[in-house]
Amino acid sequence: MLKLDKLTKTYKTGTFGGKLLPAVVDVSFNVKKGEVVSLIGESGSGKSTIGKMILHLISITSGKIDFNGIDVSTLKGKNLKNYYRDVQGVFQDPFSSYNPIFKADRIFNIIRQEFFPKIEDHKWKDKINKSLRDVGLNPDQVLNKFPHQLSGGQLQRFLIARALLLDIQFLVADEIISMLDASTRVDVLNLLVDLKSRGLSILFITHDLSLGYYISERAIILYRGFIVEMGSTDKIYYSPLHPYTKMLMASVPRLDKKWEEVKIELKGKKAEVSTGCVYYERCKAADRKKSCSQKMPGLVEVESDHFVACDCFKKK
Amino acid sequence: MSLQINNLRVYYQTLRGDVKALDDATFDIRDGEIMGLAGESGCGKTTLGNSIIYLSPPMKFIEGSVELDNEKLPIWDMKKMDKYRFKKVSIIPQYAMNAMNPTRKIGKMISELLDSKKVSYRKTKQELERRLDLVELTHNILNMYPIELSGGMKQRMVLVLSTLLNPSLLIADEITSALDVSTQKAVADMLVEFRNREYVKSMIVITHDISILYQIADSILVMYAGKLAEKASTRVIIHSPRHPYTKLLISSLPKVGVKYSEKKLIGIPGNTPMLLKPPIGCRFRDRCPVAFDKCIEEPPFIEIEKDHFVACWKEYRKNA
Repeated sequence: MLKLDKLTKTYKTGTFGGKLLPAVVDVSFNVKKGEVVSLIGESGSGKSTIGKMILHLISITSGKIDFNGIDVSTLKGKNLKNYYRDVQGVFQDPFSSYNPIFKADRIFNIIRQEFFPKIEDHKWKDKINKSLRDVGLNPDQVLNKFPHQLSGGQLQRFLIARALLLDIQFLVADEIISMLDASTRVDVLNLLVDLKSRGLSILFITHDLSLGYYISERAIILYRGFIVEMGSTDKIYYSPLHPYTKMLMASVPRLDKKWEEVKIELKGKKAEVSTGCVYYERCKAADRKKSCSQKMPGLVEVESDHFVACDCFKKK
Repeated sequence: MSLQINNLRVYYQTLRGDVKALDDATFDIRDGEIMGLAGESGCGKTTLGNSIIYLSPPMKFIEGSVELDNEKLPIWDMKKMDKYRFKKVSIIPQYAMNAMNPTRKIGKMISELLDSKKVSYRKTKQELERRLDLVELTHNILNMYPIELSGGMKQRMVLVLSTLLNPSLLIADEITSALDVSTQKAVADMLVEFRNREYVKSMIVITHDISILYQIADSILVMYAGKLAEKASTRVIIHSPRHPYTKLLISSLPKVGVKYSEKKLIGIPGNTPMLLKPPIGCRFRDRCPVAFDKCIEEPPFIEIEKDHFVACWKEYRKNA
């Protein structure tokens, strides 16, 4: 339903915008109906940029985003509004998503003004109540309150309820649980699972690998704007191929296993833009080949539903 | 015993009354022990950390004692504590990334800091450079401004800085929370390395991420709503916790290898109580699945097995 084709975003940096910073390079993937796809990467890998491009919050440098046959980047005015009926986003920090001067339910009124100007009062009220119950909140307890009177988990669920008012098909969830406590975190995570079973597609952006495993069928690993590995979650987690994914998996703090003695290469993390593989500077020398320094390898399918961008692996 | 805390009570003064953020904490840390301090936000873990080194208003010292290397720390006296700060007790504060002075070069800042403690910068410099090597930072970093460093580099710089005078106790408050997984692992490993090299005798590592503690801590102390809930060795806390809160907390953590379709995780219903007027008795009572009538009384923090402390009435019964 959502298809990204060679999506690229280059930011202009420097005093006069003279320098170019490629944030996302040639990213292509698709999300099917009722599917949860995890977009995993460290800070600066471009994962949020992809989310923002899908939500049409920033422009696209090149490439195409296709949602049910519509080219998203060309949407304007009424068509864009219609697009937002189907696609909504929820962001990381629930505390700063609200205006502290107004009551939290103001976010619902904005939706009403914009999308349902003709609805009757009692119908609107029922709609809000239903949507709040869907996300596991008791409307009597949470309505008519200011943001500081609600907990982080409640505020975050409020935002999801707001998105659900529109009967959306696609949700961009950008680090939505990283600010929450362990005990409330799982509730929000399970809520996403429930929504998915009702046919909602979710792009789950996270840096926490264990969360990604819990909820998604497919995972995409990003490194400095490039997809380095992509495929079914089980394959990515249990048989990672790309050296970056391997290193990432080895450094996840786990409760069932102690860290192995893996040396983390800290140097070269901020490398200059080169022509070779993006991971070249951090890749262990033993694995490096001459071709690695010359061009970025493309994604190849090494087994069914498992793609990797590394010259060490050839097409099956 | 390196650190011994007895009946420590620290409240926050507000216009509406005292917020009982840390109530009756009693525990000790051995030499060379890395103790993890875990709990949800607002449970008092940062209050506990700060009160040992910098107890400033609105924090108010109520009662209790803190002994470090058999010496009583005057934690209620901001002036007298100056003698111990940085030399005996040191802290890496939360958001340490922004703790460095943005208008000074890092080297200059360190020399001013050492000056204030009457330590010669020139004599310390060699040791400083050795430790920079250890955390894989170039010596040139001393001529840079903090803004030039990445998050992980700043965190490592602050680690070197706060342990420079070999303190007996280091309090590390949420130092890995804002970092990427790979950097997180590197910084956590360095903490252990600093302990192994005896730059720091013992550590309190405050974090909400229990899986990090499982990797580096020797023991874990779990707090709930300003009270100590359970303390035991890391292995015991993770594999056979006794307090119902710890049990629920551990089981609610998502792990690699657990999928919603196979095993649905369950959160803890309810919310943490307000500490302005904490509930009578056990503070976890309202959310606890095994609460019974005895819980209206406050459970003491008792050693039920060797080195395993729990505050829960149900658990004393089983052991009695």
